[in-house]
Amino acid sequence: MTRAATVPPAGEVRQRRTGLLPRLLRHPVGITAVLVLAVLYAAAFLGPFVYSASPITTDALNTTASPSAQHLLGTDELGRDVLARLLYGGRITLTISIVSMVVALSIGSLVGALAGFYQGWTETLLMRLVDTFMAIPSFFLILAAIAVLGNAPAVVVTVIGLGFWPQVARIVHAEVSKIRNFEFVEAGRALGASGSRLIWRHVFPQALPAAAVLTTLGIAWSILTETGLSYLGLGIQPPLASWGNMLQNAQTYFWVKPMLAIYPGAVIALAVLCFNLLGNVLRDLTDPRSRF
Amino acid sequence: MVGFLGRRIGQGMVVLLLISLVTFFLINLAPGGPSAAARFESTAEERAAIQKQLGLDRPLLTRYGSWATGVLRGDFGATLSGGQPVAPILRQRLGTTLQLGLAALVLSVVIGIPLGIITAMRRNSVLDHSVNALSTLGMSVPDFWTGIMAILLFAVTLKVLPASGLADMSAGFSLSEWLRHMILPAGVLAFVMLPNLVRFTRASLLEVLGADYLRTARAKGVREGRVIVKHALRNAFVPIVAMIGLILPALLSGSVIIESVFGLPGMGRLAVDAALGRDYNTIMAVTLAAGFIVILTNLVVDLAYTVIDPRIRHD
Repeated sequence: MTRAATVPPAGEVRQRRTGLLPRLLRHPVGITAVLVLAVLYAAAFLGPFVYSASPITTDALNTTASPSAQHLLGTDELGRDVLARLLYGGRITLTISIVSMVVALSIGSLVGALAGFYQGWTETLLMRLVDTFMAIPSFFLILAAIAVLGNAPAVVVTVIGLGFWPQVARIVHAEVSKIRNFEFVEAGRALGASGSRLIWRHVFPQALPAAAVLTTLGIAWSILTETGLSYLGLGIQPPLASWGNMLQNAQTYFWVKPMLAIYPGAVIALAVLCFNLLGNVLRDLTDPRSRF
Repeated sequence: MVGFLGRRIGQGMVVLLLISLVTFFLINLAPGGPSAAARFESTAEERAAIQKQLGLDRPLLTRYGSWATGVLRGDFGATLSGGQPVAPILRQRLGTTLQLGLAALVLSVVIGIPLGIITAMRRNSVLDHSVNALSTLGMSVPDFWTGIMAILLFAVTLKVLPASGLADMSAGFSLSEWLRHMILPAGVLAFVMLPNLVRFTRASLLEVLGADYLRTARAKGVREGRVIVKHALRNAFVPIVAMIGLILPALLSGSVIIESVFGLPGMGRLAVDAALGRDYNTIMAVTLAAGFIVILTNLVVDLAYTVIDPRIRHD
C-alpha cells in the first residue's frame, strides 16, 4: 500500500455512455486539478523558452543569492538559477512520472488480464508472482534494482514502473475475472472469437477505467518516489535538475537560505496534490459507490 | 486453526523463497552486478582471482544454493567494502527501524482512529471537511520535505528538538531523551500514514452506521458512546486492522527516507548506503528482511481477525 495510491474498490462496470471527459471538466475539483497541471506542464516544457537563464551554469561569486531581476527566485549553493532549475527539473520529474506509469500499466495490464481471463494454473502462477512483488516494500526493491542497473533516467523510469505494476495487475485481474463471466463475452466466444481477441477487444477495455484511476494515483506516487530517490542521491544525478535532487543539499544550506528547501518541495506537493485530486474525482465519476 | 496456521506459514515460506529468488537473480544477472566488480582489474589473471575470491566462477544456481543455505543459518555473507559479516549489522539496524516504525504506528493509530470516528459521526461538518482537506494535502506532501520542514521549524527556528541522530544511551536508558530524538522522525512518518488510516476508519464506520442493529441498540436506550464503541466500531474494526496491515510495507518504505533525513542508523539508511556503494550482500539481506517483516505482519493481521471478529474462523 502506497500512500498516494489508495486502491479503489473494484466497482461495477459503468454501462452508461456519457463521456468521462465532459463530466470531469464540469467537476469543480476536476477542472481545477486539470488546469493547475496544465500550467505546471506548460511552465516546465515552454517556460525555458521565455525564461532563458541556464539551469546548470554555476556562479561562484553569486551563491545563495536573493531574488533579483537577473535571477527571479535567486540562486542555489553553487550560484545556479533556482527558477531555471525548477523549470528544467519539472521536465524531468513530470516526464518520468508519466512514462513510468505507462510501463506499470503495460506490464500490470498484461499480467492481470491474462491471469483473470485464463484462470487455472496461469492465474495461480501469475498472481503468486504479484503477491511476491507486493510483499517486498517497493522502495527496497527499487533501491536493489538501482544498485545494479545504475541511475540513468531510462533506468529510473523503468524501475519506478516496475515498483507499481503489481498494483495494476491486481486491479485488472479483479476486474477481468468479473467481466469474463458476462454474457457478451460468452456471445463473442460463441461467434468464434479467439482468446486474445476476447481479452483485448472485449474484456480489457471494460477494465480500463479502474486501471486508469489507479494509474492517475500512481503518477502521484511516482513523483514522490522519483523525487525521494533523487533526494537520496540515487535518482537523477546533478548537474541535471530534478525537483528531488534540488533538495539533496537543502539540509546543509537551509540554515542560511531556507527558501532553497521550500520551493522544490512546494512544487512537488502541488503536482502530487493535483494528481491525487484528479484520481479521486475520476474514481468518483467511474465508480459512484466509492463516494462517502 | 492449527491447519490454517500451518498453511499460512507454508504460503509465507513460498513467498519468501520467491523473494529470495527475485532479489538474487535480479542482482546477479544484471549487467552491473557483482561480476562487474572484477572489471576494474587490468589483467585477466587479476580478474579471475577476484572472481574466484568472490565465488563468481561457480554456476549461478550453485551460488544461489550456497547463499540461500547461508541465509537459513542466519549468515548473509560479508559486506563488500569492509568484509564484515552482514547479519550483526542488519540486526543492529533493524532495532532502530523497529523503534521508529512502532513509534510511528502507535502515533498514527492513536490519532488516526479517533479522528476517523469523529469525522464519520459528524459527517459533512466543518471538521469533517477540514480533516478531509488536510488528509489530501498530507498524502501529497513528500515525506522527506515534511521532515526537512519539521527540522527547519523545531530544530533550526525554535531550537527545541535535536535536528538528527539517535539518543545517546551510553549513560543508561532515558525515556525523555529517547522521546526527544524519536518524536520528530516518528511524527513525520506517522503524518504520512495518517490520511489513509483516517479515511479508512471513517469509510468503514460509515458503512456500518446505518445498520439496523444500531437502531435497535439505540431504541433499547443504549447510550450513543456505547453504541459507537461497542456496536459500530466492533464491526468496522476488521477492515481497519486490514488497513493497518497494508500500511506496514509503506511504513518500511517510508523509513528509508525518514532515516536518511534524520540521520538515524536504521535498516532503511543501510539500504541506501548499500545501494550507493553497490554492496550486494547487504542489499539482498535488507530486501529479504523487509519482505520477511511484511509476511510476518500479514500473518499476525490474519490471526488478529479471529480475535476481533469471532465469526471469522480459520479452519
